[in-house]
Amino acid sequence: MAECHPVAFRWIMQAKLKGAKLIHVDPRFTRTSALANTYAPIRAGTDIAFLGGIINYVINSKRWNEEPFFKEYVVNYTNAATIIEESFKDTEDDEAAGRFSGLAQYTGDPLNGFVGQYDNKTWQYKGTQATDQGRTGSTGQSGEQGVQSGNEDTNLPEVPKGPPYDELVKSLLKPPAQLDTTLKDPNCVFQLVKTHFSRYTPEMVQEITGCPKEKFIEVAETLLQNSGPDKTSSFAYALGWTQHTYGPQMISCCALLQLLLGNMGRPGGGILALRGHATIQGSTDIPTLYHSIHGYMPHPSAAKGKKHDSLNDYLTAETLAKSYWSNMPKFMVSYLKSMYGEAATKENDFGYDWHPKITGDHSHMPMFLQMMDGKVEGMFCMGQNPAVGGQNARLQRKALSKLKWLVVKDNFEIETAVFWKKGSPEVEAGELRPEDIQTEVFFFPSNQVAEMDGSYTNTQRLAQWHNKAAEAPGDCRSDMWFTYQLGKRLKALYANSTAPRDEGIKNLVWDYEIDDETAKLRDAELQITGADDAAKHEEEPEGEPDIRKIVREINGYQSADKTKHLANFAELKDDGSTTCASWIYSGIYPAPGKLIMNNRDADPALSDAGKPTLGWGFAWPANRRILYNRASARPDGTPWSEQKKLVYFDPNLTVDPVTKLPYTDLKTGEPIKGAWVGDDVPDFVKNKKPDYQPPEGATGLDAHPGTAPFIMKFDGKGWLFAPTGLVDGPLPTHYEPVETPIKQNRLYPQQLHSPVYKRWERDDNQYAAPGDPQYPHVMTTYRLTEHHLSGVMSRWLPWLAELQPELFVEIGEELANDLGIGNTDMVRVSTPRGSIEAKALVTRRIRPLTIKDGDTDKTVHHVGMPWHWGWQGLARGSVVNDLSSLVGDPNVAIHEAKAFVCNVEKA
Amino acid sequence: MATMTQTPARREPHGFFTDTTVCIGCKACEVACKQWNQLASETGGQQPLSGDSYDNTQRLDGMNWRHVKFIEQFSADPQRTQQSRWLMMSDVCKHCVRAGCIEVCPTGAIIRTEFDTVVIQADTCNGCRACISACPFGVIDINENAKVAQKCTLCYDRTTIGEQPACSKACPTASIQYGPLNGPNGLKAKAQERVQQLKEQGVDQAQLYGADDKIVGGLNSFYLLVDRPQVYGLPENPQLPSRNLGPSSALTTVGAAVMGLLGLVSLRKKRMDHFAGQPADRER
Repeated sequence: MAECHPVAFRWIMQAKLKGAKLIHVDPRFTRTSALANTYAPIRAGTDIAFLGGIINYVINSKRWNEEPFFKEYVVNYTNAATIIEESFKDTEDDEAAGRFSGLAQYTGDPLNGFVGQYDNKTWQYKGTQATDQGRTGSTGQSGEQGVQSGNEDTNLPEVPKGPPYDELVKSLLKPPAQLDTTLKDPNCVFQLVKTHFSRYTPEMVQEITGCPKEKFIEVAETLLQNSGPDKTSSFAYALGWTQHTYGPQMISCCALLQLLLGNMGRPGGGILALRGHATIQGSTDIPTLYHSIHGYMPHPSAAKGKKHDSLNDYLTAETLAKSYWSNMPKFMVSYLKSMYGEAATKENDFGYDWHPKITGDHSHMPMFLQMMDGKVEGMFCMGQNPAVGGQNARLQRKALSKLKWLVVKDNFEIETAVFWKKGSPEVEAGELRPEDIQTEVFFFPSNQVAEMDGSYTNTQRLAQWHNKAAEAPGDCRSDMWFTYQLGKRLKALYANSTAPRDEGIKNLVWDYEIDDETAKLRDAELQITGADDAAKHEEEPEGEPDIRKIVREINGYQSADKTKHLANFAELKDDGSTTCASWIYSGIYPAPGKLIMNNRDADPALSDAGKPTLGWGFAWPANRRILYNRASARPDGTPWSEQKKLVYFDPNLTVDPVTKLPYTDLKTGEPIKGAWVGDDVPDFVKNKKPDYQPPEGATGLDAHPGTAPFIMKFDGKGWLFAPTGLVDGPLPTHYEPVETPIKQNRLYPQQLHSPVYKRWERDDNQYAAPGDPQYPHVMTTYRLTEHHLSGVMSRWLPWLAELQPELFVEIGEELANDLGIGNTDMVRVSTPRGSIEAKALVTRRIRPLTIKDGDTDKTVHHVGMPWHWGWQGLARGSVVNDLSSLVGDPNVAIHEAKAFVCNVEKA
Repeated sequence: MATMTQTPARREPHGFFTDTTVCIGCKACEVACKQWNQLASETGGQQPLSGDSYDNTQRLDGMNWRHVKFIEQFSADPQRTQQSRWLMMSDVCKHCVRAGCIEVCPTGAIIRTEFDTVVIQADTCNGCRACISACPFGVIDINENAKVAQKCTLCYDRTTIGEQPACSKACPTASIQYGPLNGPNGLKAKAQERVQQLKEQGVDQAQLYGADDKIVGGLNSFYLLVDRPQVYGLPENPQLPSRNLGPSSALTTVGAAVMGLLGLVSLRKKRMDHFAGQPADRER
């Protein structure tokens, strides 16, 4: 975190100054380790063994069993008490086979890459079907697999058509789950979790991860002691956790642990995903993802695993009768209105048929494989540099040569734009000849972020507006200008088409011109904020769209009158009378002139106290800073402790402290008493009493009791056990990376890897066999503070380039001595995909680890390489991703560049 | 920097407190310093890897006014991990209370400001290099672009308008803090408190370097260290040129001749001392 998120690390240091303990677990001793109270080394890719070890330690500890807080939290707020189908088989069953029940062959499109597939029928809550759409991952959303989690029960009665969709929602109701609040039933989630992790002992942790047992216990004990009613612990992770063939399961394992420790939905708790890019959060909220449309709704799919043929089919498959997702019809219809405007009517299903459909895994890796095979004609590449940043970058550069056209829009002439020229490794090696390459490459110079108005949404879902600070040089254009102008030209091309397939682009709303209305919007803003940025817009290049109109569409408005913005997502309707591109952002621009993400009330007194500063920016949803914060109070609504007080139920309150209006029953208009209040925006129905019990047949949040904090889950509980959503198992399990230095999984001798990951083995993407002596060392790739990603924003800048001027490979002193390598010697690093040269940085910060392969002791050396370099720019070096492979996790198709194997020799 | 035309009012002594225990080695201070002070990258960004941990800056000189040091403290025995440390420290001009550079500067280009900091004025420096060898910390060198001796000015052009220096402003973890040195809310009091806190947490070696007057009368840029100063490349007992006055008396006649030649310049020095509100006895 100190390495890659130095600014956010400020707060970690502030906490440390106040006495917080910082633990760092990493294969390398990094700048973060240097600042930590405890550093625990770990073999790359063995994090589930480590976390599973903590889970086992916690469940069997005296403190966890005697301090009543833990049981009260876990029984009420998690699905620990829920009974699972008796036919469920754990990885521990069948003499520790290492697989869950339901494993089958994958029979879908081979391009999707799965080596196997689970049918999750036996993972369900007993007597009911866990109807979650699998929104947690792209596979669950896209229909690449026939995921059972949607409402695909063929015995369902005819689903009523809407709008209104209330009857449709009601028809999806399932019987409630069975509970054993004593947690004694052998098939309740708690007992299953306990058994599942029972062999993750400190000894086992040491044998798998290489972390000394004592160090592991120190970590586990610190976490345990620092969690409870008056203390919380939080986890921060970055790509070191995601980039594995079981990456999402690592996060899931952490969530399981944090739920057991009562650290979710409470101040100072949670799991903090440190995302790799500025506003990468924003780019998944309003997505550049293939499987998702705005606000985490699944992308309409034509793949076999989903029935999305009509709007009714889509809503049937993707709506939950219970939880806030029961509003899915409102979100979707309002989204379709934002796409197709007046052309979207009740009669034509709001234009649903015009919406593009996906057919499988269209994510980065399969797309480049398709490109390599000549099946992709053209590509727009904006803000990305796959010639350096893509896994098996050699393959990706060669794939670019198969395109007919390539558009690169970036700040500098990046490697991707010149893959065809002298200097490119393939051209230098004679594998590609510029005269043979038919790809027409267009390069568009791009504005930098400071050269345009816009917003960031950072990892805590906080959207912050930024104003243009400088004019872009030369002929640069903003991404918005480019996209808007491209859309206008495409619409003109299709304007006269009569083909039904072109209705979508013909009807697409694309009216963001700067015009008289813009002036009105700006005037309104000036009246409220007194901002003085009106003048500079006179200097916008011709054709720049009106960004406020785009934000308005994201926020939502009354379809009949665009100047009537929606105050929040509670105003959304399912009949087309509201328009809203991304329901989760509704409320960010509640009235003309009121751009809430521009708020800059720092409220230092509150922030010093560790309390949310609601006046700074806008955090979706509803400006809420901590999600599921109902869990910051006891089931009875009182705070767990004075120290960790955040949101709580005040039973005597009759007037809203913010609006000053009396509380009234929405249906009867009668005054009511009691409300959720606190320092954050409560993530709960305002007046729902803690002892509320849902009546029979209730839907939406009415179907949740007053003690259910996790309002997006159909049962309102945090899931220790995931009956649906993740396609590689309901519980996290330790597997080895696809390329591993060992031959046998210490926990599951019969199951080395995940049985269902994505593998694309071919001549140009080969893998090393497990324990292959030709590739004996563990390679892990990473980033440095001094550079950013593929280096586009740093390698061209002298002040940054000089700080880390050359590629290096970090090698532990012991391995360097074995291989006769001295500091700054040139070495050759090889994998089955490629071989590159780099200077050695010999250090004692990387130490050999002793683990077990089967019953044999084995010493494992890590080799670390930052991957920022390429052949363009000022600071140059080999492309480290020439070494990594195309291989993916089955949920989100993330690669495994954090853990693979290599050989190192003196060059 | 423009030569001052009027006498600024004396201010409380200001300086840096660098708490190395929260330095994350991000080098934001180096970049912010170069950007604000318009110090070009000497190599245009292209240079060989130093191989010295993550330190590719390597030194303080006329072009590098901030330098983050990386000290790897790991036992040769991989089993002995308890003592493993990677120390980081952002080094800078110490703005000494008894400044060797001021002592030796023949042109009076080096002045003490109203903030009690030490600044080399580019337009009166003749590039004689005397200050370079007089600095016991190796801070100063010739800036090859300006052809004169340069070093940290403690962002005199920012502090005079009430802004903090570029480096402390950019420091994400508040390892570099700027402010008044003395008084109950001063940096020295803050630093003492932090040392106390660290000692209570078991960091026995926590110590301040330059906060008292033992090192050349005190350093207005002082440090919190967790090991001996030598480990950080800081001299335990730095010597000023004036200490060598006795043994080098043979040179005084030559020196006198030089001074005669530079008479005009020395007049200018007097004027500058006056402008800087810098009575001679303050040099002690």
